[in-house]
Amino acid sequence: MGNEVLLTVDGLAAEFTGDDGTVRVVDGVSFAVRAGETLGIVGESGCGKSVTALSIMGLLPKPAGRVAAGSVVLEGRDLTALSAEAMHEIRGRRISMIFQEPMTALNPVQRIGRQLVETLRLRGDVGDRRSARERAVELLAEVGIPAPDRRFDEYPHQLSGGMRQRVLIAIALACSPDVLIADEPTTALDVTIQAQILDLIERLQAQRGMAVIFITHDLGVIAEIADEVVVMYAGKVVERAPVTELFARPLHPYTRALLESMPQLQSRAKSRLPVIQGMVPSANALPAGCRFANRCRFATPECDVEPALAEVASMHWAACHHWRRLDTDVPEGRAE
Amino acid sequence: MNAPLLEVRDLTKHFPVRAGVSMRQVGIVHAVDGVSLRLERGETLGLVGESGCGKSTVGKTLLRLHEPTSGSIFFEGRDIRSLGRSEMRALRRDVQIVFQDPLESLNTRHSVGRILEEPFAIHRLGTAAERRRWVAELLERVGLPAEAAQRYPHEFSGGQRQRIGIARAIALRPKLLVCDEAVSALDVSIQSQVLNLLLDLQQEMNLALIFIAHDLSVVKHMSDRVAVMYLGQIVEHASAETIYANPKHPYTRALLSAIPVPNPVDRERRRASRVVLSGDVPSPIDPPSGCRFHPRCAYARAECATRAPTLDDVAKSVQGAGTPAQNGAVACHFWREI
Repeated sequence: MGNEVLLTVDGLAAEFTGDDGTVRVVDGVSFAVRAGETLGIVGESGCGKSVTALSIMGLLPKPAGRVAAGSVVLEGRDLTALSAEAMHEIRGRRISMIFQEPMTALNPVQRIGRQLVETLRLRGDVGDRRSARERAVELLAEVGIPAPDRRFDEYPHQLSGGMRQRVLIAIALACSPDVLIADEPTTALDVTIQAQILDLIERLQAQRGMAVIFITHDLGVIAEIADEVVVMYAGKVVERAPVTELFARPLHPYTRALLESMPQLQSRAKSRLPVIQGMVPSANALPAGCRFANRCRFATPECDVEPALAEVASMHWAACHHWRRLDTDVPEGRAE
Repeated sequence: MNAPLLEVRDLTKHFPVRAGVSMRQVGIVHAVDGVSLRLERGETLGLVGESGCGKSTVGKTLLRLHEPTSGSIFFEGRDIRSLGRSEMRALRRDVQIVFQDPLESLNTRHSVGRILEEPFAIHRLGTAAERRRWVAELLERVGLPAEAAQRYPHEFSGGQRQRIGIARAIALRPKLLVCDEAVSALDVSIQSQVLNLLLDLQQEMNLALIFIAHDLSVVKHMSDRVAVMYLGQIVEHASAETIYANPKHPYTRALLSAIPVPNPVDRERRRASRVVLSGDVPSPIDPPSGCRFHPRCAYARAECATRAPTLDDVAKSVQGAGTPAQNGAVACHFWREI
C-alpha cells in the first residue's frame, strides 16, 4: 500500500423511506481506495454493501433512497453534493460499475457492439462510426472475447453468462475509469468461469492502474482478490484490515464466526460446522448497542453500548469492546 | 435384503428442442447420458458440476419428476419404472426432494401448518389431532417455533423457509432425500445452520442423501462419495476424501483449482498453479465427439476426439490397492499419465 488515494468515503449513511417510515440501511461507513489496489467489501444479504456502492455512484433509487450523511470525495470534490448532470459526467468517465446479473444490465434487443459504441459516443471519446467500431472491437478483444469482430453484431442472449459479464466489463472500461465498482460480478457464474473473470479484473487493473471496489458475500473470493477488506454487518463497518491480517487475525466476532462457519475443502467431511445462531436484526428494529450482540458468543452487558470502530492494530480497525479477548482466544477448530 | 437402497444403471434423459410455429423437433438436449450410481442406506452421494451438467436432471428423474429416456432406476431392488399407481405412491413416501427456493415449491397461499399437514393428508395418515401434533413435532425438529404453523411462507426468511421445505420433506420419514441446491441461495451463516440440520436428520433417521450443488466445498463437507458430472456424464467418482486429495480427471482438477480459497497467504502461488479452463461449457444439444471434455482439456490428444472414454474403476489397474469405492472411477484415456 501507499499508492495515491483516489476515492475517500467518510461517514456515509444512506436511508430509505417507505410505508413503514425511514430506515437507515448504511450507517457511518468510511474507507479509502488507492490507485492499483482492490478494496473488498464483504458481508451477507442486507448488510448494506450494495447500497454503499449505489450511494457512491449516485444511483440510489429515487425518491425512496438518499444519502443522509457523510461524503464521497473524488479528487477533492464531494460527489454527494454534485448536481445530477455533474454526477452523470463522473459515472462512466471516472467511476464505472458492473453488476451481478449482466443480462439485466444489458439491453436485450440491442446488439452488444451498438451498446458499447453508444457508451463510447456518450463520453465523446471517438470520432466517426468506423473508429468507434474499431475501438469497440478492441475493447471486446481486451476483455478476452473470442472472435470480437463477429460478437460485435450479436445480441446478449447469444452469449453465455461469462461472456455477457465480459461485455459488461468492456462497457465499464470504455472510458478508462479511475475507479471500478464490481458488485458480486461473479456470483451468478460457475466456478471455472468465475476464475476467468477474477483473472481478467486483476489483469485489467494491473494494466490500467485502476482502483477497484469489489463487493461480495464470498470470503474465498475476497481472499483471492482484495488488498484491503471492509467487513459489513447490519449497515455498519465492523472490521477493516489488510487482507492477510484480516484472515490471520480477525478481531471482530462476526468476521471470526463467518470464517469458521464456511465449509472448507480441508475440513473433516460430515462434521458439524460452527454456526452463528439466530438472524441479522432487521433494519427497522436495530438494537441501540452492538448490532451483532444477540448472536455473539463474546457478548456481555457492556455491548448494550455501541462500540466505535477503533484502530486496534496498525491499519486494523474493529468495532468490538472485546477485541482483546478475541486476540488471545484460539479459534474453534481452526489450527493453522 | 442385500440390494442397495438405490441403484441407477445407464440413465439417459434427452429433451427435445422444438422451434417454429409447428414446434417441429430441431434437436435433442443430451441432459443426462449414461449415468450409473449406487447408494446405500444412510449414505450421502454428492453430485457436482457446473450449470447444465445434468446433475439436477438426475435428481428429478430419481423421483420420476422426469421420465427417463432409457436406463433403469432400482429402489430397494425394484425398478421404479415398472411400479403401478399405488406402489408409486408408496415410493413417494420413501423418496423426497428439497429444492433451492422453497417459495417456488411451497404453496404460498397455505399456512405453514397446512403445508406440513398435506403429506399426511395425501397418504391418509392419522386423525386431525394426530396430524396437528406431528406438525408441531416437525417444526420443533427443524428448529422453528410452534407458532410458525399459523403463519405463511412469505413471512419467513430464506433460511427458515428452507427449514419448512425440509420439514415437509421428512414428514413421512423418507429413506432417501434429494437435496437439489438446497443451501445455494443462503448466506454463509445461515447455510451452516441448515447443513448441520441435514447432518443431524441423516444420523437420526438413517437417511440417505443425494446432495446436488455447484459449491464444491459444501459438497465435500456433506458427502461420503462424490460424483463429478460434465455435460450429462459422470467423469469421476470416488470417496469425498480421495476426490479432493487426489483428483484424477483433468476436469475435476480444473474445477478444484478454480475454487477460491479463504486464505490469502499463498494466493500468488495458487494462482500460478491454477488450471484455468478456456472457453465455456459446450452446448448439450450438440456435445463434442469422443470425450466431451476434450475441446477444453489441456491434455487432449487425437484419440480423445474420436473415442469416448468409459468410467473405469481405478482399482483395475492398481491391483490389490484398496476397494473400488476407495480408489474411485475415472473416465479419461490418459489419467494415469496425468
